[in-house]
Amino acid sequence: MSGYQYYPGCSLKGTGKPYEESLLAVAEALDIRLDELPDWNCCGATAYMAVDELQATTLATRNLAIAAADGRDLIAPCNACWLVLSKTAGHLADDPGLCSVVCGALQATCTIPNGDGPAPLSYDASVPIRHPLDVLVNDVGVETVAAAVTEPLEGLTVAPYYGCQIVRPLAPFDDQYDPVTMDRLLEAAGCDVLGDYPFKTRCCGASQMMTMPDVGVDLVAMLLEDAIARGADVIAVACPLCQFNLEAYQSKAFKRLGKKGRIPILYFTQLLGLAMGLSHRALGLQRSFVDVKPVLAGRSSDA
Amino acid sequence: MREPNGTPRIGVYVCHCGTNIASTVDVAAVRDAAESLPGVVLSRDYKYMCSDPGQELIKHDIAEFGLERVVVASCSPCLHEETFRGAVGEGGINPYFFQMVNIREHDSWVHRDIAAATAKANDLIRAAVRRVRFHEPLEPRRVPIDPRVMVVGGGIAGIHAALTLANAGKQVYLVEREPSIGGHMAMFDKTFPTLDCAACILTPKMTQVRAHPNIQIMTMSEVEEVSGFVGDYRVRVKHHPRFVIEDACVGCLECIDACVFRNGKTPDEFNLGLSKRKPIYIPFPQAVPQVVVIDPEACIEFRAGCRKKTCVEVCAERNAIDFQQEVTYDEVTVGAIILATGFQAFEASRLPQYGYGRLDAVYTALEVERLVNASGPTEGSIVLRDGSTPTSIGIIHCIGSRDKNTNEYCSRVCCMYSLKLAHLLKEKTDAEIYEFYIDMRTPGKGFEEFYNRVEEEGVHFIRGKVADVYPEAGNTGRVVLQAEDTLAGMVRKIPVDMVVLATGLEPQPDAEDVRRTFNITCGSGGFFTERHPKLAPVSTFTDGVFLAGACQGPKDIPDTVAQAGAAAAEALALIDAGHIELEPNTAFVVEERCSGCRTCVGMCPFSAISIVDGKAVINEVLCKGCGTCVAACPSGAIRQNLFEDEEIFEEILGVLTHV
Amino acid sequence: MATEPMIRIEADRDPEFAAWFTGLVGEEKLRECIHCGVCSGSCPLASHMDLGPRKLMYLAREGWADDVLGSNTIWLCTSCYACTVACPQQIPVTDVMYALKRKAIEAGKAPKRHPVAVMAKQFSRMVHRRGRMSEAYLIAGLALRSGVHRYVGMLPMGVNAVRTGRISLKLDRIRRRKELTALLDRVEREREEVAAS
Ligand SMILES: Cc1cc2nc3c(=O)[nH]c(=O)nc-3n(C[C@H](O)[C@H](O)[C@H](O)COP(=O)(O)OP(=O)(O)OC[C@H]3O[C@@H](n4cnc5c(N)ncnc54)[C@H](O)[C@@H]3O)c2cc1C
Repeated sequence: MSGYQYYPGCSLKGTGKPYEESLLAVAEALDIRLDELPDWNCCGATAYMAVDELQATTLATRNLAIAAADGRDLIAPCNACWLVLSKTAGHLADDPGLCSVVCGALQATCTIPNGDGPAPLSYDASVPIRHPLDVLVNDVGVETVAAAVTEPLEGLTVAPYYGCQIVRPLAPFDDQYDPVTMDRLLEAAGCDVLGDYPFKTRCCGASQMMTMPDVGVDLVAMLLEDAIARGADVIAVACPLCQFNLEAYQSKAFKRLGKKGRIPILYFTQLLGLAMGLSHRALGLQRSFVDVKPVLAGRSSDA
Repeated sequence: MREPNGTPRIGVYVCHCGTNIASTVDVAAVRDAAESLPGVVLSRDYKYMCSDPGQELIKHDIAEFGLERVVVASCSPCLHEETFRGAVGEGGINPYFFQMVNIREHDSWVHRDIAAATAKANDLIRAAVRRVRFHEPLEPRRVPIDPRVMVVGGGIAGIHAALTLANAGKQVYLVEREPSIGGHMAMFDKTFPTLDCAACILTPKMTQVRAHPNIQIMTMSEVEEVSGFVGDYRVRVKHHPRFVIEDACVGCLECIDACVFRNGKTPDEFNLGLSKRKPIYIPFPQAVPQVVVIDPEACIEFRAGCRKKTCVEVCAERNAIDFQQEVTYDEVTVGAIILATGFQAFEASRLPQYGYGRLDAVYTALEVERLVNASGPTEGSIVLRDGSTPTSIGIIHCIGSRDKNTNEYCSRVCCMYSLKLAHLLKEKTDAEIYEFYIDMRTPGKGFEEFYNRVEEEGVHFIRGKVADVYPEAGNTGRVVLQAEDTLAGMVRKIPVDMVVLATGLEPQPDAEDVRRTFNITCGSGGFFTERHPKLAPVSTFTDGVFLAGACQGPKDIPDTVAQAGAAAAEALALIDAGHIELEPNTAFVVEERCSGCRTCVGMCPFSAISIVDGKAVINEVLCKGCGTCVAACPSGAIRQNLFEDEEIFEEILGVLTHV
Repeated sequence: MATEPMIRIEADRDPEFAAWFTGLVGEEKLRECIHCGVCSGSCPLASHMDLGPRKLMYLAREGWADDVLGSNTIWLCTSCYACTVACPQQIPVTDVMYALKRKAIEAGKAPKRHPVAVMAKQFSRMVHRRGRMSEAYLIAGLALRSGVHRYVGMLPMGVNAVRTGRISLKLDRIRRRKELTALLDRVEREREEVAAS
């Protein structure tokens, strides 16, 4: 069975829904099969880690074990999920004591459907945890993506924003300080990519937005202001939390800056989908808080 | 197995080494244990065996108690084997009737448990006592020393060492791989802390080297192979083609003007790519030798063939251009070698967060040395890549130093050269200057005073490592430096026109190859290791190979020159003795047993064995006592002084027998 | 102007806390900090922190437990790892922040109604029970426990999210949630056994 397993994580079922919609649509257009991981649970994210390390690790391991039964690479589009799952796989490999406690508990308590009914869930080694940027650039190839582009987004200036967790502390598929995978994909889609956007990997405020909005808004304001100053029409993102923070807090951020402004925050998959001629609805564009029509006017067929 | 020659009377001495040994090893107990060993007639412990009274003790006991063998348990034989052999010899018996036991480096310094360390000392002494019974009287080997010296690397270290030796009347080969000698110092405009002009103090020395009858400069050359040993090193030197006949060229430079390239197209190495040079060029105006060089990568004659050959035309009279030159080799013999291969600056693009290579405003310190230099690419005015003059400049310390992600060590000169550059940049531009440092390290004569002077000049000092360098929005060309000002406890963002990265000093990229060629060692940072950090700072573990300058570790010019003088003096002392005494630990053949199978001939790494009349013969002078042939001989016909089978087996039994 | 004495006496230092702290990441790594400030310099939230990572680490290794566990710095960390990758001494600052958060909760020093601590607890409780996190309920719970007033401003955003179908009012859960609860309880028991032995 070719293709990939797919771990959506909680956000892609809620605020990050357009990410899921556009990712699946683009995958389908490129003929890549994605199968959602059966009965996945929350990865634990940063919040659980702050409360209890062992339990956080256990939570993530359950997902890895379900994925191990299938064996194909596991795609995790949310940066935070991607990092938690990757780090957990690393911890388990480095710490045999921890691994035996967690895996023992898994086997004793959890099951996975099998031909003849549920079988105990076991974990030996992890399947590769992949981010869609990695898969599109390194497995599918930029040329293949470019070949699928039918309506290049010419003249659309995009600031590529990667966020933190796919480049720190691990950076297995891109440059830690100056990542380029998203740049290359967006270039393939015909966008003008801002190569010198300096805050590519700055933090968006993450969950702090929910807990201490005042603090987070400052960060967002800086990211938006700089992108606009450099001439960006759109900021492209690869993480549901980044997307939400940059989009939902815009009015507050601009108020803080004492300026007027609006800038759409789109998933890179939405931009790729547009370039491939997919419909706004298929890409979840109608779910944007910031109206995307002004910047996309006169482009795709069903605008 | 042979029996010892009778039962020699053995004396054992246990050294306290102050508290170095005595605090971890119960020396009195060790002394008592030794006393009861078979053959031991006397056992003593003493505070410092290496001191005069300690040595006297040995001499006295030999006379008084008729000792025939001596064992000293103290530090490493590297330090004091010579000392004690001398005392034994002066006492009146053969110096090789002696065995040393290392209970410091091998015991007290590496253990904490007193009982276990004491037991270990007992085991080691028992081994030595059993072994020393079998020692034979030996004579050291004497070999003559070739009075010539090779100096590898023509930076300030190599230049100073070569001149010192040549002035003392020694013949010197100075091997430099670049087209000119001078090293890094030739690139600087001024030198800290006195701000004297680098060219003014270096150029005279370079011309002296050129003119000295005792110095033969070999530029564009590298050492390919070294064989032999102290006093008699055979060195194979590889000369890369310059495509210009050195003896014919007078350095008129007319060929450069005449070159068909109207303007240079190749990044100029000496200016670190800040300017362009032609395919035929001279590295810098004061280059020594004053001889041009042709870059075959750039010259069209080597690619497509040049129709005009204007350089050849203009040089018709002297006919110095020779496109046919090829790599050549020389084999020279020298008694000693001084390595002065220097350092390379840390490659700044390895830390992409500082933007080097990506942001035009970012420079390395070495590039700025060229910018401030009157003979540099901008003739000494500070013109940035975009043509502007900076009004604000940030200097960032510790790039590639004090950072476990790159180099853990402190590069030692960067604080001072950063202060120097701050002063020079301030003088030339009157810009606002910000120095971002972690700790200001100015330990040297006149260094702190220089720091004070730069503070008085109004440079801003911010204690904090810069965390981010990014371009300001709006195409201003400026970059923003973000750092915590740790003294004020706040994060600051400072826009500047120019950033200077104070890159650290690293070993040369080929240090590992050079190390292997000369059979020396490198420390953890990759720099060459000295024999002893305090007491033998310019020697190596290979006799006759000395170190000078930054190849041994980051250091400034004053320290480099001092070290170069020391290395020259050490080489002189070695050579002027005329001959050298070597360990008599050579292998020898028991003729009756040798079947002439030639196994040993191929195994010997020093080509010391040949077959004469069907039997192996070992050349004592070439043998280094490595023991390979001894182990390899299928008929057990090769033995080795100081490593006889009995000696080794008794030593092993001694360690393993807890009596 | 009110003044506050800035002199600390040695008796107030807590060497046990210092030992716990420096023992966190093997060997003496946390003692090797050279105070270069690159952690605070690279921290996107340093501007809002009372201490910032550099001071925090220093106070912690010297044993000023109350200053450390009561600081807002640990709660402002967003785990962006900028400090961790920049640190010249390879100190995993972000992981240390997690450890300090857990310590603060354990020691009862986490500010009672501080939204970050509340949210962390809230989040873990929800995931523990249901296996998944439902954003709407997380925020609602957060507002209830840390003060509704803080979240009034977020109302329009919520309306937006509902309008665009980006927030589900369904409380999500996994199918085998009993297994998950059993799993977490079991590792918990094992930990207690290890701690007891
Ligand atoms: C930016 C900067 C500014 C500085 N400013 C000052 C200052 O103001 N004052 C001061 O006191 N110090 C200063 N220093 C330090 C100074 O550069 C060193 O102390 C000095 O250069 C060391 O001299 P050296 O001869 O040991 O090495 P180098 O100058 O590096 O010379 C080594 C020579 O050996 C040659 N070589 C290397 N390998 C081989 C090989 N395998 N075979 C043949 N030849 C080889 C090289 O080509 C070179 O010519 C500064 C350093 C830097 C980086």
